[in-house]
Amino acid sequence: MVEHYLNLAVKAIFVENMALAFFLGMCSFLAVSKKVETAVGLGLAVIFVETITVPLNNLIFHYLLKDGGLAWVHPALGQYDLTFLGFLTYIGTIAASVQIVEMVLERYVPALHATLGIFLPLIAVNCAILGASLFMVERAYTFGESVVFGFGAGTGFALAIVALAAIRERMRYSNVPDGLRGLGITFIVTGLMAIGFMAFAGIQL
Amino acid sequence: MAKTRDVLLDPLFNNNPIALQVLGICSALAVTTKMETSVVMAAAVVFVLSGSNLTVSLLRNLIPTNIRIIVQLTIIASLVIIVDQVLKAYLFDISKQLSVFVGLIITNCIVMGRAEAFAMQNGPTDSLADGLGNGLGYGIVLMVVGAFREVLGSGTFFNQPVLPLAAEGGWYTPNGLMVLAPGAFFLIGLLIWGLRTWKPDQVEKAEA
Repeated sequence: MVEHYLNLAVKAIFVENMALAFFLGMCSFLAVSKKVETAVGLGLAVIFVETITVPLNNLIFHYLLKDGGLAWVHPALGQYDLTFLGFLTYIGTIAASVQIVEMVLERYVPALHATLGIFLPLIAVNCAILGASLFMVERAYTFGESVVFGFGAGTGFALAIVALAAIRERMRYSNVPDGLRGLGITFIVTGLMAIGFMAFAGIQL
Repeated sequence: MAKTRDVLLDPLFNNNPIALQVLGICSALAVTTKMETSVVMAAAVVFVLSGSNLTVSLLRNLIPTNIRIIVQLTIIASLVIIVDQVLKAYLFDISKQLSVFVGLIITNCIVMGRAEAFAMQNGPTDSLADGLGNGLGYGIVLMVVGAFREVLGSGTFFNQPVLPLAAEGGWYTPNGLMVLAPGAFFLIGLLIWGLRTWKPDQVEKAEA
């Protein structure tokens, strides 16, 4: 049982890395990776929000949207299949929980709130977050699996963005051709990192 | 009229959403292993983008500023649900291949970005043109990357063989890297390099 969860986490962090294997959250991945410090902030925020929203959406899917999911309220409601409302519900849940998390942090953990700062609201429209919820539904994860998957997917993203930011800080000293400067070379570096992460493929615990 | 034309044509090369504004890259990379999926994805984004721009622009004076993000997200999500249901009904195979990426159009930064930056301030005609232009600019990059990846990676174009494969008695050995994630990153990087060499004013300034 533990092995199964561990395996899932390793898979979500390394083998199926959100940023490098599925290209999710690319916008912020490229925009916020200029400095290691800010990259760490965004990475933490993504781990935090994904660990909360993926299990939450899992509950919503199983008890509200799934075909027959409403049967626990009243047997007559068991005939409804609301899966087509999925996208709208997931993004709503994500936006709402980001807002709540931000308010709770501001009130009770001001230090953490200051670190995550502007990244929290940005995260509501980060594809890595919505993507994790959609993968969870597509692969039919259970509640326990979705907690592990959410945490793993967030950690994978954080790892990738911090690594890229460190490389970009170093790259400031190199002589990049004019047309490649900035965005172009960042893509090539990300490509090389993706090749590196492919070495993890097939690892099983 | 001149302004509307500029708004429509500018995003194609001069102000391309992917190459210059760095928006909406997630899906651009993931769905471009084949021409077929690239074209369907481009069409879906053009539809959602022009639809959301038009709707947001028509409602722009009614949307309260405080909750505009939620309103925009709801409009976009509803359009994406329509696309998803249509694809599932008429193009089931392609919809399976695109998997979660149709849903991810919701969080595609181009759609949100244009709604927020353009449609909230401009009239319906210009907004529609802006949506079409940005959608097409995105589509062009998608199709160029898709063409390279399919021809070099599998030797086919729209599933029709163009380069005879070595495994089937031809001469071309497919480059497996193109079908995988890193190939897409390299291609977009090189594409940006090419575009910026052609239009040098897009080159980024050196960091101090």
